[in-house]
Amino acid sequence: MNRKILKLMLGGLFMLALGLGAAWAVEPDEQLDDPVLEERARDISRQLRCVVCQNQSIDESTAPLARDLRLIIRERLVAGDSNKKVVTFVVDRYGDFVLLRPPFQGDTYVLWFGPFIIFLIGGGLIFYYFRKVLKAVPDQDPSSPAKKGKRGS
Amino acid sequence: MKRLGFYLPIAIFAGVVIYLAVGLTLDPHKLPSTLIDKPAPEFDLPPIEGFEQGLSSQDLKGEVSLINIWGSWCVSCIIEHPVLMEIKKNNIVPIYGIDWKDPPGEGAVWLKKEGNPYTLIGDDAAGRVAIDFGVTGAPETFIIDKEGRIRYKYIGPITPEVWNEIIFPVVEELRK
Repeated sequence: MNRKILKLMLGGLFMLALGLGAAWAVEPDEQLDDPVLEERARDISRQLRCVVCQNQSIDESTAPLARDLRLIIRERLVAGDSNKKVVTFVVDRYGDFVLLRPPFQGDTYVLWFGPFIIFLIGGGLIFYYFRKVLKAVPDQDPSSPAKKGKRGS
Repeated sequence: MKRLGFYLPIAIFAGVVIYLAVGLTLDPHKLPSTLIDKPAPEFDLPPIEGFEQGLSSQDLKGEVSLINIWGSWCVSCIIEHPVLMEIKKNNIVPIYGIDWKDPPGEGAVWLKKEGNPYTLIGDDAAGRVAIDFGVTGAPETFIIDKEGRIRYKYIGPITPEVWNEIIFPVVEELRK
C-alpha cells in the first residue's frame, strides 16, 4: 500500500517536472532587462506557433528555431517595433499558419462560420423532424385509457 | 422528398469523409512558402572556413539556380548529397549552399569528407538568413529564377525521384 502511494507521489513529481520544463522554455539569457518589453515579448511568443513542433507556441518550445525566433522578437521590440509589426515580421516569412489564432479573412470564413452553419442546419433538421413527429400524434388526453393502444398503429 | 432526406445526409457524410481523408493525410510539416514569386531576401553571408567567397543575394541573379539549406548536423542532408553531387558533376544547375547553424569549421569538414556540390557557400551560423527564407528544417531547397525570385520550395531531401519529377522540370520551365 505504501509503495503504491510512493509510486503515485513519484509520478506526480515527474509530471510536475515535465510541466515546469514546458513553462520555462524561455531561457534566462534570452530575457530582456526591461520587464515591460519582456512581458510584451512573452505575449507575442505565446501567439506564435513553433513551426518545428507545430502544436506548441514558440514560448513553450525548446526547439532551436523557436529560440531564434524568440531572440528576434526581443531584438525587434528593443529596436522599437510595435507588437503588430513584430508579428507581421514572422508571418511574412512563415505565413498565417504560425498564428495560433487564425486570422479572420476570406480563406478562413469556413473555419469561423462553419460550426455555426452546421449547428443551424442540424438544429433546423431536428426542429423539422420533431415538428412532423409531434404533428403525427393527434391531440389526446394522456390520462384517457380509451386511446391507449391505438398509438403506433 | 423522402428520397432526398435519405440520400442527402449520406452525401454530406461522404463529402466530410473525403475532405478529412485528404486533409488529415497531408504532412503538416510541408508548409507552403509565403515567398513564392517574391524576390529572394537580401543577404550577404561570409564564407565558411577555408573558402574565400561567401554568398550574397546578388549572386543569385542572371541564371536559374538552387539554394540548398544544409548543415553538417543535418541527418537527412546525407540522403540527398549524392543527388547534389551528380547535379554538380554534370553541370546541370548551380547550387548555392547556405550552411545553417553549424558550429565554426564543421561545415567545411563535412564537405571535405562528403564532397562539395556547391558553387558558392554562405555561412549562416546565426540562422537569421534561414529565417528570412522561412526555413523550418534542413534540408530545404529553393529554386531561384533568372531575376533572383523564389519560384519553388522543396522541403526534405532531394531523392532521385524528387529531382526527376519535381525539381528538374521546374528548372527547365524557368529556363525557357
